[in-house]
Amino acid sequence: MVFLTRRATFSASHYYWNDAWPAEKNEQVFGRCANRNGHGHNYTLEVTVAGVPDPVTGFVVDLKWLKDVIERDVLAAYDHRHLNLEVPEFSGKIPTSENIAVESWRRLEPAVTGAGGARLSRVRVYETPDIFAEYRGEQ
Amino acid sequence: MKAYFGRRYMLSASHRLHSDALSADENRAAYGKCNNPHGHGHNYIVEVMAGGKVDPQTGMVVNLTVMDEVVRTRVLDRFDHSNLNQDLLFTQTVPTTENLCKAVYELLAGSLDPAQLIQVRVEETENNFFEYSGEAS
Repeated sequence: MVFLTRRATFSASHYYWNDAWPAEKNEQVFGRCANRNGHGHNYTLEVTVAGVPDPVTGFVVDLKWLKDVIERDVLAAYDHRHLNLEVPEFSGKIPTSENIAVESWRRLEPAVTGAGGARLSRVRVYETPDIFAEYRGEQ
Repeated sequence: MKAYFGRRYMLSASHRLHSDALSADENRAAYGKCNNPHGHGHNYIVEVMAGGKVDPQTGMVVNLTVMDEVVRTRVLDRFDHSNLNQDLLFTQTVPTTENLCKAVYELLAGSLDPAQLIQVRVEETENNFFEYSGEAS
């Protein structure tokens, strides 16, 4: 089994707010992230797939194909968007890095599985160079 | 839904790699420049990864401010701008970055409730790093 990772970047804005809570609790739990005018990040997405290299091509998957899948299924929806206001899965779910990792997985998994061969292994989202979240498909 | 959350911190410290179990020549052979009697220092990057259920109320595995406080009080306040050889944790072991990595893991284990500590990575320089996930793995 070989693990292959493709990195991509996108820029987006978001805020953290739980509508079920009063404003004071949102501000206490989320701090500056609760500013309703939003703030933004340059995100780095790392998509890791696992598989056996094809005996003819030597590829786990074609990197150009994976790049196109990431751009079509994730970046087209997230890049230069306000995640809370413009991305459907975050209308009722706070776009934390954890949730962005989970939802990016959901967006990518059908194409990777459908292509056969490799499986999606890991999605890691860097919110800044020092903060990241990761999802490995676990329940 | 289980996910992981990681955060990188920096601490600056000095150390000297020297084992009392080895002779002076053996220490120089084993540790080279790192055996310099006066020590030397690094800007260590400590990467802490927690894992657990994504809380549906917050969307978080662990609140960043909680992790920051735990790491600051248990690790950074202890080691930052210190001489690692003088720390009580390194009276019996050499403060290699392997041992520093294990020490950071042990200092943080069980402190990120309800998330679990999954892994500690310590980068000594841009070109070398060490990871520890507990004895079980």
